Amino acid sequence: MPALKINVHFGGGAELLFDKIKKREVELPAVDKYLPECEKKGWTIRELLVWIKENLLRERPELFLQGESVRPGILVLINDTDWELYGELDYELQPSDTITFISTLHGG
Amino acid sequence: MPVPCGTGCGKNAALKRPKTGDALCKECFFWAFETEIHFTITKGELFKRGDSVAVAASGGKDSTVLAHTLKTLNERYDYGLNLMLLSIDEGITGYRDDSLETVKQNRDDYEMPLKILSYKDLYGWTMDEIVAQIGRKNNCTFCGVFRRQALDRGAALLGVKCIATGHNADDIAETVLMNVLRGDIARLKRCTAITTGSEGTIPRVKPLKYTYEKEIVMYAHYKKLVYFSTECVFAPNAYRGHARALLKDLEKIRPTCIMDIIYSGETMSIKEEVTLPSQRICTRCKFVSSQEVCKACVLLEGLNKGLPKLGIGKSSKAKKMLEEYNARQNTLEQVIDDLNDTNIKKKSGKKRNGLTDKCNSKTCCSGNCNSTQNNMEDNSKINSLLDEYSLKETDKPVQQLNDVSDDEEGCSSSCGRLGGLGVGF
Ligand SMILES: [Zn+2]
Ligand SMILES: [Zn+2]
Ligand SMILES: [Zn+2]
Repeated sequence: MPALKINVHFGGGAELLFDKIKKREVELPAVDKYLPECEKKGWTIRELLVWIKENLLRERPELFLQGESVRPGILVLINDTDWELYGELDYELQPSDTITFISTLHGG
Repeated sequence: MPVPCGTGCGKNAALKRPKTGDALCKECFFWAFETEIHFTITKGELFKRGDSVAVAASGGKDSTVLAHTLKTLNERYDYGLNLMLLSIDEGITGYRDDSLETVKQNRDDYEMPLKILSYKDLYGWTMDEIVAQIGRKNNCTFCGVFRRQALDRGAALLGVKCIATGHNADDIAETVLMNVLRGDIARLKRCTAITTGSEGTIPRVKPLKYTYEKEIVMYAHYKKLVYFSTECVFAPNAYRGHARALLKDLEKIRPTCIMDIIYSGETMSIKEEVTLPSQRICTRCKFVSSQEVCKACVLLEGLNKGLPKLGIGKSSKAKKMLEEYNARQNTLEQVIDDLNDTNIKKKSGKKRNGLTDKCNSKTCCSGNCNSTQNNMEDNSKINSLLDEYSLKETDKPVQQLNDVSDDEEGCSSSCGRLGGLGVGF
């Protein structure tokens, strides 16, 4: 299985937890190599969050993640559409998808 | 696979609305979002044609979306409002710089006049100057009290008819929950009001009262509105932080809980014997206060009298107030006596009002907040200040000097996202 290239965006203050970088292009390794125990053939948002935690998240993971999902109050968009319309954690990533995380928890 | 827009417009849905569960496309969402705020404004009779309205602008998401939406609706429905942006600059070095830049962007984007008022303009002192005089230990008392009154003072200077703040449905539900958790029945009764303010004061209105935070953020995202985000407002372990987290967890399971909590707050009836502290006007500065003399005036008196060499700005309002006050030959001690008298009368209704939680961000006090406060500490701070500045020759301690004049209190809420001003406020 080849590497999967996607875009990951952070906004609304979520970028403050990720070196203040708002837009990234990332290359995910084969999921069965990276997370052999999950026995998946493709990446879903669930595994993406594990990868983000281990590779991108710089500080205070509890402000971004809760359990296996994002912390309530972090909005997730899949190609600019609310992930609640796409099965949330179970959405299977496609090449060149853009996944956006926007915090509503940061003040202004 | 894409979900079609629930209105049948033929486009694909972009989001699921937390309030209704509807899946809508961007255009239908914009329309629903704006139209609901229009109904909130007209049903609540928030404005009158010809009014000058100050939008409390912090540069944050809520006040940015509020300014954008009010401009849109004012044009679409011909409200005839004269809208302007009002921002407060506390004068904390480095803290407001970015957010004030964002507010200036709002001014240009929405073609609205912007007035930035500094604490120097409003009180004759910047927070930096106050910190230099009293040290970091006590400055939380000042930042909370001054911030609470800053909008009222600013609006009076601008001569507007009302102040619109960016409080959203999640904020109001959180405030209801907090007031229940603190047993603060007086604030519980008042916190859901869409318009607050008493006779002779400039009312504050909340056009986003029924608007979900998620929708505000999605609206700003899809409209590409520029706003400023501070560090996360969650303070682990702080009382309010837990309440906010609980609310977000509940909202995830059942999104209508936000509206349900607001509805509960609006319709709960309060037992007769609960004495609600009446809102009145400070005899010195004429702004809303629950006391004869508001806390801001007491603090200012301490600063001004205790540090005569610094004086205060020539044109400052504070100086005028001080002169008027001195002309009436009142002494602070008498004022304090008055306060104590008033409080004895009210004691029964106020006994549980005062829990304030830990200051949860660097916004109020440059990160040097003196942790957990409550009334007693607060009062003892005022007492020690008054002592320090030789303002108190009486041995009576100042008790119960807390203002119950607003939905927010202490630095804890100022530091959070009260719309910044709006936050803040
Ligand atoms: Zn539609
Ligand atoms: Zn503070
Ligand atoms: Zn006053």
